[in-house]
Amino acid sequence: MTIDRRTLLKGSAAMAAAGALIGPFGARGAAAQAAAPAAATFTPEAGASLRLLRWVPFVKGEEEAWNANTRAFTDATGVQVTIDQESWEDVRPKAAVAANVGSGPDMVMSWFDDPFQYPDKLVEVTDLCEALGAAHGGWYDGLKAYGVQDGKWISTPLCAIGNAVCYRDSHVKAAGFTEFPKDTDGFLKLCEALKAKGTPAGFPHGKAVGDGNNYAHWLLWSHGGQAVDEAGKVTINSPETAAAIEYAKKLYATFIPGTESWLDINNNRAFLAGEVSLTANGVSLYYAALKDPAMKAIADDIRTVNLPIGPVGKPVELAQTSTISIFKHCKFPNAAKAYLEFMYRSDNMNRWIEAASAYCCQALKEFAANPVWTSNPIHAPYAKASESLRVNGYAGPLGPASAGAMADYVLVDMFAEAVTGQRTAEQAIANAERRLQRYYR
Amino acid sequence: MPPPPAPAAQAPRKGVLARIAESRNALGLLFMLPAAAFLIFFLTYPLGLGVWLGFTDTKIGRTGVFIGIENYRWLFDDPVFWLTVFNTLFYTVFASIAKFALGLWLALLLNRHLPFKNVFRAIILLPWVVPTVLSAMAFWWIFDSQFSIISWVLMKLGVIAAPINFLGDPWNARWSVIAANIWRGIPFVAISLLAGLQTIPQSLNEAAAIDGATPWQRFRLVTLPLLTPIIAVVMTFSVLFTFTDFQLIYVLTRGGPVNATHLMATLSFQRAIPGGQLGEGAAIAVAMIPFLLAAILFSFFGLQRRKWQQGND
Repeated sequence: MTIDRRTLLKGSAAMAAAGALIGPFGARGAAAQAAAPAAATFTPEAGASLRLLRWVPFVKGEEEAWNANTRAFTDATGVQVTIDQESWEDVRPKAAVAANVGSGPDMVMSWFDDPFQYPDKLVEVTDLCEALGAAHGGWYDGLKAYGVQDGKWISTPLCAIGNAVCYRDSHVKAAGFTEFPKDTDGFLKLCEALKAKGTPAGFPHGKAVGDGNNYAHWLLWSHGGQAVDEAGKVTINSPETAAAIEYAKKLYATFIPGTESWLDINNNRAFLAGEVSLTANGVSLYYAALKDPAMKAIADDIRTVNLPIGPVGKPVELAQTSTISIFKHCKFPNAAKAYLEFMYRSDNMNRWIEAASAYCCQALKEFAANPVWTSNPIHAPYAKASESLRVNGYAGPLGPASAGAMADYVLVDMFAEAVTGQRTAEQAIANAERRLQRYYR
Repeated sequence: MPPPPAPAAQAPRKGVLARIAESRNALGLLFMLPAAAFLIFFLTYPLGLGVWLGFTDTKIGRTGVFIGIENYRWLFDDPVFWLTVFNTLFYTVFASIAKFALGLWLALLLNRHLPFKNVFRAIILLPWVVPTVLSAMAFWWIFDSQFSIISWVLMKLGVIAAPINFLGDPWNARWSVIAANIWRGIPFVAISLLAGLQTIPQSLNEAAAIDGATPWQRFRLVTLPLLTPIIAVVMTFSVLFTFTDFQLIYVLTRGGPVNATHLMATLSFQRAIPGGQLGEGAAIAVAMIPFLLAAILFSFFGLQRRKWQQGND
């Protein structure tokens, strides 16, 4: 079957109509689509089929919505899309190998600055992304940074995964705090009080790809430190970094024992088991409690809030981000662009964001109006992730250096070395500086 | 008068294939070629490529250029690399010794006439049969800083007041991963040595017993020398498996805390694939070769000395 432009447009129109009938965003989505300028339309190549490698879903509804949108795309265009899933930490190596050998999935839904590791192996998507930005209210700057290199779009930003402090309201109140502290000093006092009450906090100092890196970057940035400057010159060795380490040591002293070994799952487990009263995580932690009747008491007690503001004076966090890249070895790049264009259509994207239950935060500003962000107060801190996130490797450029430094846990190790007493703060900074210089040489 | 014999008909000239078919050397070479091609393609080429990459600054997605020994110079000054060398040697030495001692002990037990002997042998194999990742996940729970069953039992017995920080303290973590490796590796050693024990004629032990040898003397002077060749092979493999271990560490600690359990294999992966520094990762992998060669040479020139094998040393 030959899919031409007319077929695709007809199919898309049919999908919009179907969306109006079945989805909660149908009418609004269709209206938005009609009002918005038409996104770029790409004609899939004859006989095209696609294979997408994505991270395993954390929220069941998210996967179902993504798959439903994919099926709708196939129905509309005849392009078969096979979706492979990989544990989220294993997407990076698998995509890297695919990029290196020029074979494997056509598209990859990957993390952080992965596309910057192999920009030459990716299809330029400037036409697609500029059209999507124009049609859907524009891209958030932080997300855009993960898609653009030297003025050229190399990847399509998909979402930010918001990170917020999840805490037990009753424990915080029992520790003497009627309101959650907004600054780092108050936060330290809260953690000290929680420890005194036997209901401590816990943040991962182990090699936790997401939670460990988020925590370490927040520690550094909230105190005004930065790994490199705008030019990519290593500037980690600063009084601000030393202050961040001193703060981390005090905070660590209030944690439950064992956080040095925590991987990404440990903080969730400890929180849901009632071992810690406070940690930072995606909203999936709340939903894990909610779906288990035995944890109703914990679910009802959970509150969320953005990480406190440090001496730097403004909220600064590293949120996990995901992008979708098209490999140059893909035989059907137009079909891949058509697929992405279809998935970002207002009704489709809204359906997906809602189904993700605040786990996936929009990359395009139009979707900030999605009711998911106001339907539950628990979601509110996550709604700000796309707007407030700082990109990895701040203040330097994204690229293999920033990706490598994070993958090598440079900041995570620096804080872990210092707080556990393995090295002095000066030694830990010097070691981090040396490792960063290797990546940014 | 009989007719003169007809001149012998000239033998037809043999084809190339026929001559190859009759040549032992040519046939041997021919039969060896598939295996040689297999070895070159799957072993020599990747190894050669790895060595070459170690001399380049190749990054994921980008071909590198030859930079000589720069990667090795950097690693020489890298405290994390040297920590992983120490960790790897520590892990290999202690885990291998323990696996040998416990494996030999189990093999000797299973070599006796025990009731349900076959059942016990099957049970012994279980840790080896279970996929490494699954057993690592089990140990992850066993060593969890909050939910460890060991800590729980000891706390219930009143032995300790707080959970043991198995994977958070550097030395605890090192011993914990060694314990997991021992559990997993014992079956290989035990079953292999059991096979070796069963090849030793019972008559030799009986003769020694009649001569008045004690059980320890029979073990030291009869069993052990005859078992030495299999010990050499088993321990060579055991050391190689342990030295290059990856899965167990990756699942349990990913090299933490603070790189205390990072092995050369895990550091090589971390730098090469997630970190994108293929050249540096390859250099770390190549740096493992001398240690592996040393283990193999020790086996050949140490454990396999013929005199010792024959019990004359």
